[in-house]
Amino acid sequence: MASLPPIDLPSGATGAGAFDAPADDAHRAVRFDYLLRLGDDSLILGQRLSEWCGHAPSVEVDLSLANFGLDLVGQATHFLGQAGAAEGQGRSGDKLAFHRDVLDFRNCLLVEQPNGDFAQTMARHLLFSTWQEMLFGHLIASTDEQIAAVAAKAVKEVAYHRELASEWVIRLGDGTDESRRRMIDGLDWMWRFVPELFEMDEVATRAADCGIGVDVGRFREDYDNRIRAVLAEATLEPPADQRPILGGRRGHHSEHLGHLLAVMQFLPRTYPDATW
Amino acid sequence: MKDWPLWEVFVRAKGGMSHRHVGSVHAPDSEIALRHARDTYTRRMEGISLWVVPSAQITASDPAEDGAMFDPAEDKIYRHPTFYSIPDDVKHI
Repeated sequence: MASLPPIDLPSGATGAGAFDAPADDAHRAVRFDYLLRLGDDSLILGQRLSEWCGHAPSVEVDLSLANFGLDLVGQATHFLGQAGAAEGQGRSGDKLAFHRDVLDFRNCLLVEQPNGDFAQTMARHLLFSTWQEMLFGHLIASTDEQIAAVAAKAVKEVAYHRELASEWVIRLGDGTDESRRRMIDGLDWMWRFVPELFEMDEVATRAADCGIGVDVGRFREDYDNRIRAVLAEATLEPPADQRPILGGRRGHHSEHLGHLLAVMQFLPRTYPDATW
Repeated sequence: MKDWPLWEVFVRAKGGMSHRHVGSVHAPDSEIALRHARDTYTRRMEGISLWVVPSAQITASDPAEDGAMFDPAEDKIYRHPTFYSIPDDVKHI
């Protein structure tokens, strides 16, 4: 993106830009940013899971993964629709999903990671759905009625995701030599993206302060305990801590997201008038 | 997966009804079978309760012996409760 040339400030001006921004607009901006994060997390993981359709190890697993994907895309539809309304620029949820470029996506890096094999997909899903279930569990008490309503519906969907992902991690970890090796590799790939889930940057902090969002630090310990309990049942050691990779919430994505969007956005961008 | 055993799936559509056989799923164990059954057969709110039973545990009648098994019931129409007239003042039957 091209950056604007620097502005010569008149003497005495701070350039901080906060001189007359109405509080209402500030709240609206935080709400937009926060909804975008919620929506993009669900959308990108939903799209990832849809890639399994027709390729899963069995027809039953194929359905399980497609059901996960549909739950997530449904959540994204609500969150992005609300984000578009909060922004007030006439952008619909579809517009946000299909006509935004990669740098404008605000999902965490974990959800855009490639599916890899089934074990890697389940590793990612355990780490994410455990977090998302706790997040939604807290968002039920959001001061934002719409966010609270979606969270109340979605928390049940995600509780099931977490249960099934846990069952698979346990079976693959405590399974054959091959399934165990693949599960360890899958967790190893995903582990460095967990710290980003608990990052409290400015948007997250302001959303939590005004009551629409959640301070995710409140459930970090609980999260770690739950993940450790599943890994223990899978007879797996937690992976060694790796250098955390952050940046998804600011649009600094891995190379994988662009490829995902190319597939997801191709049709509406090529045929903008297409309906179904 | 081809080495996963088969499980028969029974769904209770609503309270008070009995579980009805709806089909089968492959799964490595009963817990996963229950989840596969949920994902396969209750996606459209078809049920409020699920049973899964290992297909190998079902003892089935032999189609070759249909005659001996079922034909003798054919002419026993008096076993249907349609030959009794119910008095008007019997309300709850």
